[in-house]
Amino acid sequence: MRNEIEVIRASVPQARRPDRTRRVDVGGIEVSVVEWGSEENPPVLLAHGGFDFAGTFDILGPLLAEAGFRAVAWDQRGHGDSDLAALYTWEADVRDAALVLASLGSADPVPVLGHSKGGGMVDQLAEVIPHRIGAVVNLDGIPNKRGFAQKIDRTDVAALDTELAAWLDHRRRAGHTLRRADTLQGLAERRRVMNPRLSVEWLQYLVTVGAREDTDGWRWKIDPTLRFGPSGAWRPEWAIPRLRGLHVPFLGIVGTIEEEMGWATSPDEALPILPDGAEFHALANTGHFVHIERPEDVAEIVIDFLGRAL
Amino acid sequence: MKTTFLHHVRSQLALHELREGSGRPLLVLHGLGERTPAMAPSVTEGWAGPVFGLDFTGHGDSTLPAGGGYTCEALMSDADAALAEIGPVTLLGYGLGAYVGLLLFGSRPREIEGLVIADGSGFDGGGARPTSSKLLAVSSDQLGDTTPDPWALLELASDIRPPDYAAEHVRQVAALADMDKAIAVVSIGRPEWLEAAMESDVVFESDIATALSMFDRL
Repeated sequence: MRNEIEVIRASVPQARRPDRTRRVDVGGIEVSVVEWGSEENPPVLLAHGGFDFAGTFDILGPLLAEAGFRAVAWDQRGHGDSDLAALYTWEADVRDAALVLASLGSADPVPVLGHSKGGGMVDQLAEVIPHRIGAVVNLDGIPNKRGFAQKIDRTDVAALDTELAAWLDHRRRAGHTLRRADTLQGLAERRRVMNPRLSVEWLQYLVTVGAREDTDGWRWKIDPTLRFGPSGAWRPEWAIPRLRGLHVPFLGIVGTIEEEMGWATSPDEALPILPDGAEFHALANTGHFVHIERPEDVAEIVIDFLGRAL
Repeated sequence: MKTTFLHHVRSQLALHELREGSGRPLLVLHGLGERTPAMAPSVTEGWAGPVFGLDFTGHGDSTLPAGGGYTCEALMSDADAALAEIGPVTLLGYGLGAYVGLLLFGSRPREIEGLVIADGSGFDGGGARPTSSKLLAVSSDQLGDTTPDPWALLELASDIRPPDYAAEHVRQVAALADMDKAIAVVSIGRPEWLEAAMESDVVFESDIATALSMFDRL
């Protein structure tokens, strides 16, 4: 089996597991932190998207390390190799991010990069601790007024009834269930439904990192109690003036092919709400996972930007 | 008082039976930082059915989780665990418990027969709309092994409660609960979310004894 993992990982030769791992206490629970590149190098903090994990930076992280950075990512609570929590919120995730940032011990402001949900998180870090943030790189996590691509119509009584009840039903079962076990290839195929543009090789690679092998098969490490929804009290339009109000160097990169997992914010929607002086790239023929579909291009843009911003 | 512990998500929730009775249960939801009282509130004396109280996560005899992360939706699901245990109920909510009760009524409109909204701590949360983002912090010397959880006190006093979100849940009640008068407001306090809820015909002003008596007869 060890050999199977090695064969799968070798099929994505540009990916590299981290050079170091450590754990950070974020208030009674621990998150797993991984690093690429020398500890002497200037740090850049990487925030993964919802339902992802730090291993999704196994391609971009090494490219940033090769360019002279100490690239640091962490598994958000309940994700990857971090502890499971009893409770999850956006605000707690941002708090955890600030503690991981503090664990770098950097005297200088640190550049932060986030994909999707992680993009929203690093935007908020730059709002709440601007003096600690050297620059923001947002990868396909720029908000819009419409909200997530998969959001339901909350004025539809029957649809909202179904969503609210389904979430509560999930919670009733959640303390008693495990994620479904499958073969390694089966997990990759299931993820492909949500990530249709990513290669089978990469999705299988992700399974070797983000899933574990139990006696009855492979299952994702992510906390089985986590689930999308309910949409809740939060409104996407709240994030817009906050984004516009950031005053740290800002780089936005979006894919132009809409995918279920993303915000699907178009360049026309993004440009008017970016901070003054922001740089912006819309990548043609690219979906939501810009850093996985086009790692070299994204790394080149990010490294060029950080070289000028820091 | 008889206490049952419900295993729900990662918490053990204390469900207290404060008084036995025959008929539909009344479930009391406490305010922020509080716990289920040791005895059934005197205002429930006339209630024919049993009277229960639930300690929310991080409160009373329920689990004290690490690392915070509280939302009213998570507390709503705590109350839903009580529904799963004791079946359809009438809700009496104080402060935070009143707001959580409204969310639950909107989400389980066929399993709740009436909600009484009463004053209590944590009634307003963080208000109707966001203020400047901030990093909440609890110092390690504040964190012990006793409830209430300091994270709950901070986070559930700063969560945003948009009026249209409350109105959305009342609309679900009006459409699906099969009750002409479903939500009794007996509070003096009128957070913005409650003002919005009160625009619906299924919400009415009352006093606590009248409201409970009315729901008891259903």
